[in-house]
This record gives sequence, C-alpha cells and structure tokens, in this order.
Amino acid sequence: MQFSDDHEMFRRTVREFVSNEINPHADEWEAAGTFPAHELFSKMGDLGLLGLTYDSEWGGGDADAIYTMILAEELGRSASLGVAMAIGVQTDMATPALNRFGSDELKANYLRPAIEGSMVASIAVSEPDAGSDVAGIRTRAVRDGDEWVINGSKMWITSGTQADWLCLLARTSDEGGYRGMSQMVLPTNTDGFAVSRRLDKLGMRGSDTAELTFTDLRIPVSNTIGVVGRGFQQQMAQFQDERMVAAYQMVGAVELAMERTVAYLNERMAFGAPLIANQYIQYELAEVAAMLDINRHHNWAAAEAASRGEDITRHATVAKLTSARLARQMADLAVQFHGGMGYVEENWPARFYRDTRLWSIGGGADEVMLRTLARMNGIGSD
Amino acid sequence: MAMNIVVCVKQIPDPADPGELDPNTKTLKRDVKLILDEADSYGVEMALQLVDAAGGGEVTLVSMAPDDEVGGIRTALAMGAAKAVLVSDEALVGSDALGTAKVLAKAIERAGDADLVITATESSDGYTGTVPEQVAELLGLPSITFAKSIEVDGNTIKVKRQTEAGYDDVEAPTPAVISVTAGVVEPRYPSFKGIMAAKSKPVDEVTVADLGLDADAVGWAGARQEIVEIATAETREAGTIIEDEGEGYAQIVDFLADLKVI
Repeated sequence: MQFSDDHEMFRRTVREFVSNEINPHADEWEAAGTFPAHELFSKMGDLGLLGLTYDSEWGGGDADAIYTMILAEELGRSASLGVAMAIGVQTDMATPALNRFGSDELKANYLRPAIEGSMVASIAVSEPDAGSDVAGIRTRAVRDGDEWVINGSKMWITSGTQADWLCLLARTSDEGGYRGMSQMVLPTNTDGFAVSRRLDKLGMRGSDTAELTFTDLRIPVSNTIGVVGRGFQQQMAQFQDERMVAAYQMVGAVELAMERTVAYLNERMAFGAPLIANQYIQYELAEVAAMLDINRHHNWAAAEAASRGEDITRHATVAKLTSARLARQMADLAVQFHGGMGYVEENWPARFYRDTRLWSIGGGADEVMLRTLARMNGIGSD
Repeated sequence: MAMNIVVCVKQIPDPADPGELDPNTKTLKRDVKLILDEADSYGVEMALQLVDAAGGGEVTLVSMAPDDEVGGIRTALAMGAAKAVLVSDEALVGSDALGTAKVLAKAIERAGDADLVITATESSDGYTGTVPEQVAELLGLPSITFAKSIEVDGNTIKVKRQTEAGYDDVEAPTPAVISVTAGVVEPRYPSFKGIMAAKSKPVDEVTVADLGLDADAVGWAGARQEIVEIATAETREAGTIIEDEGEGYAQIVDFLADLKVI
C-alpha cells in the first residue's frame, strides 16, 4: 500500500495525541480501573478522530477505511490497550450500525454527539449466558404502543459505567435463534437502567467494564436502529468493523512491543554479551516479525476492501483470529525475554501480557472465528 | 481589528532519522523527505492564536526550498494557516543566512501587507539564529527576539522577551518581525479536517527570478559565509555509576559538594 502525505500527517497527529493525551495518564487510569471518557473523547472529537468514515452531514470525515486503520494502529501503540479498546468501541463497535441503518433523528441525537465526543457510547450485545453465541441472548423488548419495554441484563459492557447511550441488541419477538432481534439506542439516563456492578478484569484495566440491568425500561420505538427484526444481521455487520479495529490495534501493539523488546535485549547483558546476541532469541522474534508482516498486509487488504464497500467478513475473521494470537505470542516472548523485569507491574510487558489476552476472547472468541471460517470453507456442517 | 500574520517556516530532514553531512559541500543532505521544523510550529501556533484573538485575518506561510517540497508546509496549513508562498529554485542550494534572509524578505513582501512577521529563533538544522534579524533589517522593520508571549494593542506589539534572568517587556509599532522561543505555546495537532482542508489551500510557488532577485545573490553564488571545516562532535564521556549498597547517598552528597551546589 502506498500511503499518501495526508495519511502520514494523520498518523503523526494520532501518534502525538497518544503520546501527550493518553500515555502520561495511563498508569493513573489503569490503577483507577477507568478513564475520563468524556474528557478524552471530546479532545478526540475536536480533532475529528471519532467519526472518520462517517458522513460529514453528521460531523464525520467522509474518509476511507485506511484512516480507520491508521488511527487504530496508533492507538494500539498506546500505553493502555484498555483505553484504546474503549475508543474503538466508540468509533467502530457501538456506532457503525447507527451510521448505516439509523434514522436521521437518531443520528442527530446520538451519532453526531458520539462523533463530537460529547456522548460516550457502548455496545450492549453479550449477556451473562450468551456471549459469542449471540443467538442465545434473552434481553427482551416488548412493544407497548409507541414504546419498547425492556427487561434483561447485559455483560462485559466496555465504558458501561459512563456511557450516555447503548447500542442494544434485544429480542423483539418470540421467533427464537437469529430471528426476532432488533437494535436500538438506549439512553442510560432512562428510568429502569442500572449499572449492577463494575467488573474487575485480568487486563484492559484502563477501561471500565460493567454488567448492566434493565427493569421495565421504556424507550420510544423510534429509537430502533434500522429494521425491527433485523437486529442480528445488522449486528453481524457491525461485528466486522469491531473485529478489524481489534486487528488493526494488535498490529500497532505488536510492532511497538517488538521495538521495545529488541531495544531492551540490545542493552541487557548476560553471559558477557547483549541478550539479543542469542540466536534462539533472534529467531523467536523473527517468527513474530514474519507474522506481523503478514497481518499488516492482510489488514491493508481488508481496509482497501472496506473502502470499496465490499463484505469484509472473511478478512475480519482471519485478521481478528491471527492478530490476537500473534499479540499473545509477542506478549509471552516480551515477558519471557525481560525475565523478572517483565513480570513486575512497573514494566510494560506485564500489562501488555494481561491486556493482549482479551482479544482472543472479546469481539467473538478465537473458536467462533474458527467456526465462521470452517463454515465459509465448507468444512463440516452446523 | 483583523490581523494578517506571515510566519516563516522551514522544512527540514526529520530529526528522528539522523541526517548526514555532505563532505563536499559540508552541509546537511536534504534529498530526503522533509517535514515542518518543530521550532516553527510554535510560531504557527502563536500566529493562529493572535488571529483568533483579533477576530479576523489570516496566517500566511513563507518558506524556501531547493525543490518544490511542500510536505512541511502542508502540516502548517493543516494546523490552520490560510495559504503559503514557497520559493522553490535550484539556485537556492547553498544559501547562507543572509541569502536566505534576502529571499524570505522578498517573499514576505509578496505575501502582502503583514501586520506581523513571526519566525522561530533559529532552525533546528542550521542553527545560525541570525535570519530573523536580517529579515527585519532588509524589510526596514523593528525586530524583537526571543518572544515568550505576544500581545497586540492597537498598532503596538507588546512582547515578553525571554532573558537569562526572566523576561523584558518590549514594545514596538506594527508591523514588526518577532522571533518566538520554542515551547512557549502548545502547538495544536493538525486535525483530520485540517489535513483534508490543507489540500485545497493555495501555495504560491515562485522562483528567485519571480521575486526580482538576481540568482547570483543567493545560493552558493551569493554566499558570503564559508563552512571551513566540519567535525564529529565529541561523544560525551560515560557517567559515573554508583552501586548503592546502603551508602550510595554519601557518594552523591560528596559529588554535589565537589560541584559546590550544596
């Protein structure tokens, strides 16, 4: 891929933003288990970073997906992958369906503020008993006149304690399975909304994650995103954006981890020579470098396909599966080659090791990616 | 009152990629990708803030380059400058500080009536630190150097001029040439929309002849300054490493006492 001067300038803007606005606060936010999303997002909104590919009518940038990729790669290089993830939720996990299928009224009230950064958005699909198996969700919205009456709960909700609205997936009929689900905008200041608990996670601790409950919560039927009963299909499309953002971020994350690890191994002396002089270490890192190249180029192809408006399900599935595994491999090597220095919280590998573990689970676990690929390739059957 | 400000900006090799000196010309090789000198980003930011405060006007960039490089100018346009004058001419290769000042002065005149000309105190690749004053002299304008803040009061510029002891309050009538020190304002990041908008902002690309200058007055031909010799800077000696076995503090105290700082 040939990046333009504009792409490069944009990359510098994001890199400086990460280095000045995120990294200096990362330790504090990790310790707090949350970050000030409204404050950070409003700075990002001012720079036009939160709605790159969205229509300028709603404050977006009318950009192609290459910019999304650059933003995500650079966020992947931040000191808090949790914060990077929460930004990804705002830009490419909670808002794409609203952008694609939402009414003008919903876009004016919820998409525009999300792009400006004045509202924080969450994606609410997973439940205590249904994560990767989306067809198993139970949260129900029952129509009462012009309102949906919602009961149920949602789990693993990134930014859930501070979100202004959720992109909710709920059952709206009794058809069961993939049928009868709808997406809707759920403002969190509605009666019946509660944050049941904030979850204490292994990693991604810079970002808050919550379990949410809805009790006889009423929202207008006009808050439905797109077509009633098409929620599952709309969410599946939205998942592709989510998975690509995770894959883009992992390329940035692995790239930086490689740079930092090599720099450390060049300095660290053992047995009379820098550790990097060991061929075993060189080859282990070269294995990662090779896969990083492949993932990066695959991401480029995905971003170009997305820019052409093509279905990127296969790209997103492969990219998410392989980049998350690569990040885990790199994290394991980073800790191993740093030795004790990599096992203490004061050095970056420990956090990196905990954070990267998520992406083989969140956004559709590795096994779900494999299941999707097996189906696409006609391997086995349901 | 609207305010029009010209900011002189230099496009330099990226300091993140260590440059090389050409042993023949004894100058920095510039056949690489050039970026906006970070030292100039402070002047651009200050100019944008002054125009905002004035409630109108615009920021015009002035730059010179041997080829038609615009990468660094685009960054400043993306920050919010309205337009640029780029003097691009092979004859500029080898220009010394005075040759540079002659070109910039003419380009500033071409940019139109400026209420203020802002520069960095010095570039991050050449470091002569004399161009701003030479430009002021050639334009017949007052020169104030090392500004840490600029305030406009009618037709008067009030500057806090950084000194070793603190700062001096200095005033001059407009128009004036002011050099600003690095780090005194926080340069804005080019926003996505700024980057997109920069593509359609006008860059007036002119040659030395277009400015009415004789090619012999600039570049190697016009240089009155000669670089006699270049040498590698001495590497700094490694510091002393004190292994702390409970008594490390005493050695630090002795060290500081030797320096007579405690």
